[in-house]
Amino acid sequence: MGKKTIVPIGPYHPLLEEPEFFKLYCDGETVVDMEWETGYNHRGIEKICESKTFEQVFFVVERICGICSTSHPFAYANAVESIGGVQIPVRAKLIRSIVGELERIHSHLLWVGLAGHFLGYNTVFMWAWKYREPVLDMFEIITGNRNNYAMFTIGGVRRDIDETKATELLKVLDDVKKKTDLLVGAVMDDPVIHARLKGVGTLTAKDIHDFGAVGPTARASGVDIDVRRDDPYAAYDMVNWKVITTPEGDVFAKAKVRLLEMYESISIIKQCLTLLQKETPGDIKAKVKEIPEGIGIGHAEAPRGEVFHFVKSDGGNSPVRHKIRAPSYNCITTFRRSCIGGTISDAAIATAAVDPCYCCTERMVQVYDYHSGKHMMNAAELIKFSQQKTEELRKKL
Amino acid sequence: MGIEIFYFLIFPGLLFSGIIGGLISWADRKITARVQFRKGPPILQPLYDFVKLLAKETIIPLRGSVTTFILAPVFALFGAVISAVFILLPVLGIETGFAGDIIVIIYLLNIPSFTYIIGALASGNPLAAVGASREMKLILSYEMPFLLVLISIIIKSGMTIRLSEIVAYQAANGAFIGSLSGIIGFIAIMMCIQAKMGLVPFDMAEGEGEICDGIIIEFSGSILAFFKLTKYIMFFALPALVAGLFFGGLSLSGINILWSVLKVLAVVLLITLVRNTNPRVRIEQAMKFFWIWMNLFAVISIVLALMGL
Repeated sequence: MGKKTIVPIGPYHPLLEEPEFFKLYCDGETVVDMEWETGYNHRGIEKICESKTFEQVFFVVERICGICSTSHPFAYANAVESIGGVQIPVRAKLIRSIVGELERIHSHLLWVGLAGHFLGYNTVFMWAWKYREPVLDMFEIITGNRNNYAMFTIGGVRRDIDETKATELLKVLDDVKKKTDLLVGAVMDDPVIHARLKGVGTLTAKDIHDFGAVGPTARASGVDIDVRRDDPYAAYDMVNWKVITTPEGDVFAKAKVRLLEMYESISIIKQCLTLLQKETPGDIKAKVKEIPEGIGIGHAEAPRGEVFHFVKSDGGNSPVRHKIRAPSYNCITTFRRSCIGGTISDAAIATAAVDPCYCCTERMVQVYDYHSGKHMMNAAELIKFSQQKTEELRKKL
Repeated sequence: MGIEIFYFLIFPGLLFSGIIGGLISWADRKITARVQFRKGPPILQPLYDFVKLLAKETIIPLRGSVTTFILAPVFALFGAVISAVFILLPVLGIETGFAGDIIVIIYLLNIPSFTYIIGALASGNPLAAVGASREMKLILSYEMPFLLVLISIIIKSGMTIRLSEIVAYQAANGAFIGSLSGIIGFIAIMMCIQAKMGLVPFDMAEGEGEICDGIIIEFSGSILAFFKLTKYIMFFALPALVAGLFFGGLSLSGINILWSVLKVLAVVLLITLVRNTNPRVRIEQAMKFFWIWMNLFAVISIVLALMGL
């Protein structure tokens, strides 16, 4: 093998909206090895949550991710409600599901657009994002915000969906469905897209199990997992829908799963709206007096996969420990399997195919000595270490 | 001597082809924007881009070879201007050129691509190196069908290697696009031009989402402006060449101006539509496409030309 060249993707690169660094070791165009570095964007979300009250934490976790800004509150609500054993009203359940599925539609449309952009197919990028606009407008009508909806609260939701909003939503859904047909046609039947995506970044079912990948990434490899069905929350056990899986595992399969999931989401929302119209208008929020001592685990199916929240309460008014795991954390580990062996062009789209959200998954790790329980390194030492390293690099230049 | 300097600097050289090229690139951007539901830039945007870049700071990479790095865009511009002059003089019917000028044009049209490679390699950036290697492979793939289509044209026009005579032959016997071999050759040469211009689906040397604009990643300020101007001029010279080879040339007299504009715009519209309805292909797919399919098209065009179709 010849000399290896390092082709950097990141920390600032048009491929990634977020700071993230991939080192592709290349032999010509072929990627023979890769490394990645995270940790450019640690925000201390978990620690901030511990300083807020249970109600306030919703607004913090919403801002973990600007795109799945309902999935995190969803998982957090499930966790806190499991501590208190809160029963939420049916109406709230339905509204939660509607918001969750609307979010899935907008997130998948966003991904289709971005994937098109990474392939140099800017027309798909612009079209998909244009079709996403009515969905965001719908969010504004229902929740008051195009993003970061502030819709959830402990025991229910904060705003009701009345008859006028429901009819408006149904109209938008029909429109979105037509547009989805168009996009599916443009993507699924284009021979150049087939040539570019089929057989690229293939992950087998075994790879998925080995790395623990979740969400559409896993479902595109034929692994039939979906939190909405496996551990139903909100209204997902009250409606009929199916989990989309496909066995191929390449980037094209991931695109297919996402596009077809949009149809399922539309169907779920429609069924929820029908159920909502049958319900008599009433409570959208259960009365919760206090959160007792205990631990709660909540998870939800975000557009990218399973979001996991662990909340520990000591009976006070704020969580004493809040652990969050975003789906990208599981999915980005598959990059070594999907990128190595392909070309640089393939690596670009294979990394984008899991719809990674790096900022959401950034966590800080402290190193303790196992036996003595002492810090291996503190902040001052780390800074000293970093300065040493910079000095060494300078000498090399 | 005076008239040559006028040809190269004012008309149809630097100034004229630069302005028309800028307008064409605006048309391309405007059409693209309308296809994508966007508003698009104002008509003077190419000029603004160029002037803004001239005023910006030029950053020279420390590790690179400075002289080569700075000279590459200058030579790119030279190559573009000279090839534009040699194409436009006969195609517009101003001068007859010289015997064998079509062969000179083939060489001159390659100069911008080669300077991209040299400039990219001189910058010492790994992403630029990847881009340069892709550009090399791309040149290797599209040159062959390009030459073969020209051979087919030469056969059709009675074995002349003079561009003005090819244009004159079409004026007498009808444009080549009207014949079967002409249509097939036209398809092949349009693909080659797409690759020569570095537009989607053959923009892998720049590959924005993969290697951050690859070959031009390190260029900034006025030397990037030179590359930009090169692109504008090529955006006029190449469609003009196609118009000369297939549509019977351009003319600047009376109502014929309208026809000339329509011919160039038709070619530009085709280029724009192809670039807006395709994703970027991988480099080995592009090579396969040119070596197998486009060469096949070009050879069929030659065979049909020999049969007189």
